[in-house]
Parts: sequence; structure tokens; C-alpha cells
Amino acid sequence: MMLYAKDSRKANLVIRGARVVDPGRRIDAVLDVRVDDGVVAQLGTGLEANGHRVVDAEGLLLAPALVDPHVHLRTPGREDEETIASGTEAAAAGGYCAILAMPNTDPVVDCSAVLGALVEQARTEAGIPVGFLAAISKRQAGSELTEMVELAESGAAGFTDDGCPVASPGLMRRALQYNALTGCTLAVHCEEQTLSRSGQMHEGYVSAQLGLAGYPSVAESVMVERDLSLAHYEAQPLHLLHLSARESVDALREAQAHGVTASGEVTPHHLCLTDEAVRSLDSNVKMNPPLRGPDDRAALIEALRDGTIGAIATDHAPHARHEKEVPFEAAPFGVTGLETAFAALYTHLVEPGLVSLPTLLERMSAGPARIYRLEPPQVAVGAEANLVLIDPQAQWDVDERSFRSRSANSWLLGQKLRARISLTVAAGRVAYG
Amino acid sequence: MADIHVVREELLPPVRPPRRHLIAITDLTRDDVERLLATARSFARSLEREMKKLPTLRGRTVVNLFYESSTRTSSSFELAAKRLSADTMSIKAAGSAVDKGESLKDTALTLAAYDPDVIVIRHPHIGAPHLVAGNVDAHVVNAGDGKHQHPTQALLDLYTLEQGLGRIERLHVAIVGDVLHSRVARSLVQALVLLDARVTLVGPPALIPRGIESLGCETSYDIRAIEAADVVYVLRMQRERMQDGANYVPTLREYTARWGVTPERLRPGQKVMHPGPMNRGVEIDPRVADAVDALITDQVRSGLVVRMAVLYDLLTHGPVEVKVAAMEEVA
Repeated sequence: MMLYAKDSRKANLVIRGARVVDPGRRIDAVLDVRVDDGVVAQLGTGLEANGHRVVDAEGLLLAPALVDPHVHLRTPGREDEETIASGTEAAAAGGYCAILAMPNTDPVVDCSAVLGALVEQARTEAGIPVGFLAAISKRQAGSELTEMVELAESGAAGFTDDGCPVASPGLMRRALQYNALTGCTLAVHCEEQTLSRSGQMHEGYVSAQLGLAGYPSVAESVMVERDLSLAHYEAQPLHLLHLSARESVDALREAQAHGVTASGEVTPHHLCLTDEAVRSLDSNVKMNPPLRGPDDRAALIEALRDGTIGAIATDHAPHARHEKEVPFEAAPFGVTGLETAFAALYTHLVEPGLVSLPTLLERMSAGPARIYRLEPPQVAVGAEANLVLIDPQAQWDVDERSFRSRSANSWLLGQKLRARISLTVAAGRVAYG
Repeated sequence: MADIHVVREELLPPVRPPRRHLIAITDLTRDDVERLLATARSFARSLEREMKKLPTLRGRTVVNLFYESSTRTSSSFELAAKRLSADTMSIKAAGSAVDKGESLKDTALTLAAYDPDVIVIRHPHIGAPHLVAGNVDAHVVNAGDGKHQHPTQALLDLYTLEQGLGRIERLHVAIVGDVLHSRVARSLVQALVLLDARVTLVGPPALIPRGIESLGCETSYDIRAIEAADVVYVLRMQRERMQDGANYVPTLREYTARWGVTPERLRPGQKVMHPGPMNRGVEIDPRVADAVDALITDQVRSGLVVRMAVLYDLLTHGPVEVKVAAMEEVA
């Protein structure tokens, strides 16, 4: 499993007096942390500076840095919306030490030539390690498998047709069978398009009132059930991207109970908002899958708590300003999230007591790492330094001028959030702060 | 929606009233609706005179921006503005810069350079009036945005009901047909409920949206549900909105057989309305359309005075009776 970044100087740091929280190692204590040449060298109290950069972190939170398993870097094809450089810079500012990019670019990442070019580019411009998922089907058209083994050998981080469902159950079965050879994670966007049709938002009373075409929950959950059945039959692991509906969560939980190796992820916007937000007709609350009802949101939060859903993924989807500044119905799906995810979730889930801080940290770091078989970031002596330092008291206004992303289609514009990233160390290097 | 209606008062000259828009019926209170209907009644009286033009909006500019075909809405807005002595400009998508790929925002900003007082917009996409309202200083009137809202149609329907039946409160109105694709139905249900009328939606299961009861109406799939109503409001079967393969109904023939409004399905004295344009022989039997109990031409006539009232209400303030008396003196 491969991640790629440009080379830079390894960090030498002493972070003093932070509350260190590493859920995987059951650490929650005020400690000093010393990093020598990018490796965590010592945890303790009263650590000497030894000529290292000293960070006074009293009152701050130090945790394993975050991992985002679902990012659209828009490269190649739409470099006006995001590049590997801008996307990884945004990710570093959001506290991430690793991100995975989706293959629905132009051209699609469906052959080792396209993948190889991305890997080379990442080696010269990625500020933090980035991995690239490759497509399941050529051009994501859903009819022919890509050369998955060669792609895996060329460094693919996993396989998905994200943005499009694998509509044919026959092709989905073949993908599961063939993926057994790659050792990579197979991830699916679950949408039965004859049910979602031209849906603009969740089908419910809000869509009925607004007249926006409904995209019902079952459009997702029937596909979730189909893919879980196929994964069960083939005894192959499967990852479900950006779940939004209660029925999908229920199906995933039941499949896991029956021994299927299935995992799921959820986005910050589905955890924080419901379809009520669409009444604003703001195109920055338009995404696929759509924001769903309060009952769905409650189910997603519950699944995040109990571990049915093991990962939080931003589904960071940058769009050009002029493409979002159109009537709601004409706007493309997708919102950004890398630079706001932690603060949004801290503000909307941790502060109100819906999710504990350790659970949030786990689902944003070790959880997604495990799904893609990455080394989970940890605060441990001898481990590569992948650390995030957070000021949990800081209050800030989400203002597009502060974004490092090339796009500003955030659902949080103008909102006040609590908790701000103050330092990110990724793969032993200071990436932010 | 509240965000987009924020009035940037500091940007307006002091003589102008606070900027308001009419984008959805939910923008209005019951008092607003009653005031608009009263204003429309005053205008109806003034139109009975030989000299039909009023000087009220002299020097004001009303832009009609139509991205969808329309006969009655665009013509009645234009005539309403002219009857109030406003300058009007009508822009149709075909033949304009829109054909050259100009975005709605850019078109709105271009028109805003002429400093219009009102922009009336019809657009196939939900949210278009919000976008315009967020980018220009003019009042924005929604003349239909996708399947969302058509508030002036609902107001003219209320006016027609009040004129034809003497009241709106506690009237029972059955709305029949393709509710799913109908901005008229959505606006009308909200307006009728606001004025304490009872509403029953009747149509095929796939064309009655799930959750629409949350607006405060009842639903039925059985055409016999119209029997109990005082008024039967027939919706157009929106063939242009029926996507291929959607199968909302198997065929139009089956629709007509099950839900067509025919004389046999009506009680004597039941009033019938239709927002037009009608598909005679599909959703409405020609005998019903032409019957004495049909209020369909009254609806068209109401459109003019109601749209005059909407323009007047947005651009002036204060007690309507006094203003109307004053302008009669001027005329």
C-alpha cells in the first residue's frame, strides 16, 4: 500500500504540556513529546529542548494526525478546482497526515499510465502523503474491469468507481473476485440510478414542499444490500463509501454480524446536517448522496459511536465558483471539507456530547487507516511522527479567504466553529504550523 | 431562505422602501395576502374606468426575464406594469446572450446595471430567483421556478375564488392531477392553508409527492374524493416534465380514464379552475372547461389586477385605500 509525497526536512520538535489523546493506545494524559528526525523519540514530562524547536502546547490537544480516505483532487483535468499541491496543503491545514484521492478525474485513473503520472506528480508537489485509488471499470463506465493487478503493482491505494455505482451486479461480482489478487480495498458508491434518477435532494417532506426531485434513501440502501450480498457470497471484503441512510447502516451492521468483512464511512456534512438545510436553496448543501432526515442523521451518529461505521471521510469535492453560483437545481453535487472537518465535528458532535473526543479521533485517523490497510498513526516511541496539535478552545469564522483549497464551496461559510488545528506533522515532517 | 432576503438597507437610497421579494408563498403572512387581495380589488375598480392607466409607478422600471415559454404570465406582468405607468423591458432567453452561454448571474448583473426596480423572473431551475435576489438590488418576483413555486398564480387563484365564491376561509378545494411536477399546486396549497381553506390533493400515487401532507392538506388516489369539494382545481398534465421511462402513469389514456375531470364526476354547482394551458381531453373534459361553472377565464382576468397589486405592493408602502384614492385624483 503506497502513499506518495515530496521529500522535505524531517522534524525535530519538543511539544510541551499538551493533553495527549491516542485512543488506540488508551493514552489520555498531559505529556511532553519529543520528535527526533521525524520519529517520536520520547514521551514524558520536563523533556529537554536539545536544540529542537519547542512548541508550548499547554491547554492544547495532541493526537495521532488524521487520515482522509475520500478526497477529490481534481487532477488531472480540473486543476482550476484543485491540484495535488493545493489539496494536500488544505489537508495539512485540516490536521491530516494522509489522504486518498478518488479516480473520477479526466482522464479517469483506469490504467497504469495515468496512475504513474499522478505518482510522479505527488512525489514533487504533495505536501503530505497521498494515495490514489484506481477505477474498477474502464472510464468508470461500468462495463469492463480495469487491469487491477497491474494498477495495484503500480501503486494504486485501492479501487473504486466513486461518483458512479457499479450498476451491473455481474461486473460487481467479477470485481470482487478479481480484487482478491490485489490485496487492495474495494470501495463502492452505492446508488441505484433508476431510483435516484434526477434526484436533487433527499426524498421526504422537505423535497415535497420545495418541489425538488427526490433521491430516496432506498436508492442507496438497495445497492448497499446488493453489494453486501455479493461480498458475502464471494467472501471478499468491501468498503461502502459515504453512507447517508438509516437503512444502509442497518444493512451494514447486519452483514458485519453475519461475518462479512464490510466497512463503511460517513461524511461530516451527513453527521451535522439534515435535509432541512436545503430550504436555503444554497448550492453548497447540494451533494451526492444528499443530506437526509433527522432519523438518518441519528442512525449515522449511532453507527459511528458503535463502530459499525469505522471512518469519517470528507468527500472533499471542490467545484469552481461559477459552477456553483447557479440555481440550486443546476448546480453540481459536492462540497469541500478538508479544512473544516475536525472543527465542524468537534463543534457539532463533541461539544453537544453526541460523540466522545476519543471516538471522533479514532474514526478520523486509525479507523480509515485500517480500512485501507495503512499503518495507523499513533503517538508511540519509535513510530513515525504523524501528529496533530489542536486548540480546542479557539473559536474561528469560516472565511473562504483563509482556504488553501482552490475552491470555496463549503457548507460552513460564515459559520463560527470551535477548535482549530495549530500544527500538523505528517510522515515525520511539519506540514502545517 | 431568510439569508437571501437579508435587506442591505444601508445600500438603498433613503426614499426607497425596504427591499422585499416575492419568491415563495412562505414569504407572505396572512396579512400580506389579505392586503394584496384588497389592493387587487381596488385596481379592478380603477380598470372599469375609460382611462385605464394609473400614474403610480411612473419612472419605475420592471424587467421581465423569461427563461421558459409563457403566454399568460409574461403578458399579464407586462400589461400590469404598463397599466401602472412603469417602463418595462421583456427579455426572453431565446435570442439573448443566454443563447451564447451567459450565466444567470451574469445576465442578472447586466440587467442590474440599468438599475431596475423589479425583476420578474421565470426559470426552469429551482433556486433561480434566489440567485438573482442575492446578486442585485432590485425586488425579485418569482414568475415560476422549476417545480418550486409560482406565487402570483396562487394569489390570482385566491382572488378568483374570493370573487367567485365570496370567501376563501373554510372553502374545500380539491386539486387534481400531477402535483409532483406542479409549482402551481405547491404555491396554491400553501396559500389556501394560510387562509384556512381545506385542501385535498387527488391524483396517481407517483404524482402525489411523499410527505406533501406536511403542508397541511389531505391526499387521495381516488377521483371520487373531489365530490365533497366546493372547487375542483385541475392541474395540467405536464407532458414536458415527464422524463422518458419514468412511468409515473402507464399512459395518458389510463390517466384520463382514472383521473380526468368530466361532467359525470362533478356535482352541479361545483366550480372548476385550471391554471392553463389546458390539455383538453386529457386532464379536463372540454365540456367542463367550457361550462358556466368554470372560473378559468376569470383566473386569466384576475392575473392582471393581482400582478398590478404585487408590483404596487413591492414598490410602495402605506395604507392601500388612501393611495388608491390619491392616484384616482391624479388620474
